Amino acid sequence: MSDATPYIGRAMKRVEDPRLIQGLGTYTDDLRLAGLLHACILRSPHAHARIRRIETSAAKAIPGVVAVFTGADVNDSCGAVPCAAAIPDLKAPRHTVLAGDRVYFVGHAVAVAVATDPYIACDAIDEIEVDYDPLPAVVNAMEALKSGSALTHPDMGANVAFTHVVNGGSDIDAAFRNADRIIKHRLYHQRLTPMPIEPRAVVASYHRGEGTLTLWTSTQIPHLLRTLLPNMLGIPETKLRIVAPEVGGGFGAKLNVYAEEALCAHLAMRLSAPVKWVESRRENAASTIHGRDQIGDYEVAVKNDGRILGLKATSVADLGAYLQLLTPAVPTLTGLVLTGCYKIPAIRFEVVGVYTNKMATDAYRGAGRPEATYLIERLMDVVANELKIDRLDLRLKHFPAPGDFPFATSCGVTYDSGNYQGTLAKAKQLADWDALMADRKAARAAGKLFGVGVSTYVEICAMGPSKAMPAGGWEWGCVRMEISAKVTVITGVTPHGQGQETSFAQIVADRLGVPIEDVAVLKGDTNVAHYGRDTYGSRGTAVGGTAIVMSVDKVIKKAKTLAAHLFETLDDYVVFENGKFKAPGITAREIAWSELAAEAYLAKNLPAGFEPGLEASSFFEPENFTFPFGTHICAVEVDRDTGEVAITKYVAVDDCGNQINPLLVEGQVQGGIAHAIGQALFEQTIYDENGQLLTGEFMDYAIPRATDIPEYTLGSTVTPSPVNPLGVKGVGEAGTIGATPAIANAVIDALTPLGVVHLDLPMTPERIWRAMQTRTVATV
Amino acid sequence: MYPANFDYVRPSSVDEAVALLQKHGDDAKVLAGGHSLIPAMKLRLAQPHVVIDIGRIATLSYIREAGGTIAIGATTTHSEVETSKLLREKCPLLSETASHIGDLQVRNKGTIGGSLVHADPASDYPAPILALEAEIDLVGPRGKRTVRADQFFVDLLQTAIAADEILTEVRVPVTSPSVAYIKTEQKASGFALAGVAVVASPSGVRVGVTGVAPKAYRATAVEQTIGNQRTAHAIELAAAHAADGVEPLGDIHASAQFRAHLARVNTRRALERALSR
Ligand SMILES: Cc1cc2nc3c(=O)[nH]c(=O)nc-3n(C[C@H](O)[C@H](O)[C@H](O)COP(=O)(O)OP(=O)(O)OC[C@H]3O[C@@H](n4cnc5c(N)ncnc54)[C@H](O)[C@@H]3O)c2cc1C
Repeated sequence: MSDATPYIGRAMKRVEDPRLIQGLGTYTDDLRLAGLLHACILRSPHAHARIRRIETSAAKAIPGVVAVFTGADVNDSCGAVPCAAAIPDLKAPRHTVLAGDRVYFVGHAVAVAVATDPYIACDAIDEIEVDYDPLPAVVNAMEALKSGSALTHPDMGANVAFTHVVNGGSDIDAAFRNADRIIKHRLYHQRLTPMPIEPRAVVASYHRGEGTLTLWTSTQIPHLLRTLLPNMLGIPETKLRIVAPEVGGGFGAKLNVYAEEALCAHLAMRLSAPVKWVESRRENAASTIHGRDQIGDYEVAVKNDGRILGLKATSVADLGAYLQLLTPAVPTLTGLVLTGCYKIPAIRFEVVGVYTNKMATDAYRGAGRPEATYLIERLMDVVANELKIDRLDLRLKHFPAPGDFPFATSCGVTYDSGNYQGTLAKAKQLADWDALMADRKAARAAGKLFGVGVSTYVEICAMGPSKAMPAGGWEWGCVRMEISAKVTVITGVTPHGQGQETSFAQIVADRLGVPIEDVAVLKGDTNVAHYGRDTYGSRGTAVGGTAIVMSVDKVIKKAKTLAAHLFETLDDYVVFENGKFKAPGITAREIAWSELAAEAYLAKNLPAGFEPGLEASSFFEPENFTFPFGTHICAVEVDRDTGEVAITKYVAVDDCGNQINPLLVEGQVQGGIAHAIGQALFEQTIYDENGQLLTGEFMDYAIPRATDIPEYTLGSTVTPSPVNPLGVKGVGEAGTIGATPAIANAVIDALTPLGVVHLDLPMTPERIWRAMQTRTVATV
Repeated sequence: MYPANFDYVRPSSVDEAVALLQKHGDDAKVLAGGHSLIPAMKLRLAQPHVVIDIGRIATLSYIREAGGTIAIGATTTHSEVETSKLLREKCPLLSETASHIGDLQVRNKGTIGGSLVHADPASDYPAPILALEAEIDLVGPRGKRTVRADQFFVDLLQTAIAADEILTEVRVPVTSPSVAYIKTEQKASGFALAGVAVVASPSGVRVGVTGVAPKAYRATAVEQTIGNQRTAHAIELAAAHAADGVEPLGDIHASAQFRAHLARVNTRRALERALSR
């Protein structure tokens, strides 16, 4: 053990980075298999149309084209794309792999061509003739609810998929009766396109002799795929191997079972040849899930002294045309943290999920919590403004005290631990709050539009207790002390950029007292990591890390038994310290891992009944979620002429419990805030009134770039979680959740001197310019 | 993202390139830096049967001065224009504009000739080319002809070049340092929502505007209004005419109204900057 230990708590560079930076990572598209065929998919140019006829003969005649299939050829053998969300009375259309006799959104897959190279496959697509009969498209979820609206799926008879209602805490009607005032507001959380830099990609290979199918796919969830694909393909789980190679960005967009994964698997089996499909950027924008898209009317019952008695939320979630894996579940998550980090005794939350002729929405970084946080943090500012109360005082007044945890909210969840006052105080200090207020005053006096925004957020991580998770929320991990005294760690989570190859090695190296270089973390292959529930919902370290800790402890316990045998004493007298086994007072001898591992595997001298080997695996079932929190403070200056926003200061203090690797925590927060800058200021997915996608490529869909990112001042506090032995919470989505409202509040604060009280997201220069022109509220 | 089949030829002289263009007619496309053509081919929006790569014709890439004008070869890259010592000293507007084009990769590959022929209404060069009253040489089967900048841009993605011609050279005058290019970028693409180039001299100013209308234009109303006045008030009054007589483009990135507004703001800012230099 070196001087530099313990590893936990150290800002270590990621072990995965050298290979990624040097271009040595293997992504799905890097796979070259003998006899590989290439698939290209023909997609609908219409938002809604009947397919009269598809003519494929010209395509099939092109030399090099192996097959051309339409829905009629494959839908029966491929099964339906699954939705795992358990929502009562959910109305769902059958989601076939290729379109049947109708297309329901621009980008809907209509036919597939398979050829000996991808150029020929694309040539073939160009030669397929489809005779469409265009139908009226449903593009606005609010309009879709009106009687007489066109129908997204005419055969379903209505556009509503579900209505989900939560009444929580004390009597909501009484709260509203007792209020001095009721403050109402409409907020829109716009649709976003995740745009991972690596689009989706799939390679499927079928071994006819073994009857086994291997599917390499750029996914966050190889294990969930292994659970769900057998139903689609009619192949047993035991014959299915899913591998997630390097994944170039997921953000929730790859937390899904996609039609193309089943389709490629089917093609590989049907054609007895490996098949590759790599999504183009345009396909990614049109046919990979979108995020957000919730519009809501909110009412807050308040006393004149600022006490909030109750909150009513009625929102409409635009689901798109189909249900992907968690489509209807995402908006319901909003209801779980509706009250943010505030004591609000009564709530009513109603969300209506609506079908429209667009791509499905689903989990996107934060999934449901950004919507909740944006609405409660905007509302806190609106209430403070209306009651002329300081916005920080209003927040402080409603924070539970550190001693109130575990804190049961009126939304029906129990926050594990927290110190919201602590992050607020630290953020104020890092932002130099009083000086910042003085700056604002001086800037305003000089005629500048200078604003400061705050958000104090809480979110839900470590997903989660299995009772609350459709596919189970446990995690699996395995630790093996090898005969060479090197350590293999296998995790069931599937990190794809989060850095757990590093942080899990830190945890294991510390506990075993070995150099971190001796620990290898394996993941992302169901033939290696036999069980897992994968990576999403900031669960990797809190749930997956705990399964690893449990396994290490089992290995150490077993090793102690063997050491005791070698010391000729009892287990209880053996002490494990700094990577060595000792029996103080009994013998001066110390046994290192190298000796013990050799004994365990060579098995010449084992205690009676002792199984050879030093390996243990564990399932961890979390008793609760974790609830990280923080305070973000943002200062902006708005250009009076152009409406452009410059972020002049950004302070974030996040509390994600104990930090295994502060560098990774900081990286997650930085990336998360970048996403939020996009959402707050410029990102939006736009369909026109006919359902044409207008933001189908990077020329039209703006993502944040390096030049958009201000210098951050990042801080943290540490309030360990009591629900796992590491005391960690999770940090993958916190930045995105906490930052959007801080930036939005800052922009509106900057415009306050002009009488602007609200602006919708994204706060683009034109939207701001228009608000400055009219000096009135701009809403959707 | 896979282009349709095409043949690739690499002529070694302008004459050879022109002969190839003549031979293949509408089936052929000239390839320079490829930063407009190749994306269009990958989306199969362009499907030429023959691609004529003029990128290796050594005699087409240069920046040289002759008698008060600076001549720039067609395949000179945006980076070369941006960093040219000669241009920075004697026609800094062009270098300043080039520095706003795309990112480093785009500037290292894209060429001035390709940008002008492509005539994207949101591209940057047309603004300074108009304000500088540049001259453009076109070579075709009938020999060489010279077109003035204000005659070159015809309409959206359309210029005065004929299908069998090649743009060979752009000539700009030596100017004083009193020039400026101010651009508001479209957030996603980085192209211009409104880019304004100003060339000022004691006798008057010339203003070129790109991004705002289907083709770049000279803001003559601004030029006439300001005349030889130089006060802040005069600048303000003149800049208000930046979108006079044009029908601005409107799309998801900026409405017509906002584009016109940005043209006015950026004209004011470009005038202020040019006149302060
Ligand atoms: C990511 C990205 C960002 C960009 N951002 C900007 C930006 O901010 N501002 C901006 O102005 N531009 C931008 N561009 C466009 C870029 O400047 C292109 O390089 C330019 O428009 C075309 O020049 P090229 O040499 O690449 O031409 P090519 O793509 O090779 O050709 C373009 C067209 O011109 C024709 N052509 C080319 N050269 C000649 C010639 N000498 N004679 C006759 N015909 C010819 C070709 O046949 C073709 O039709 C961007 C491009 C990309 C890919």
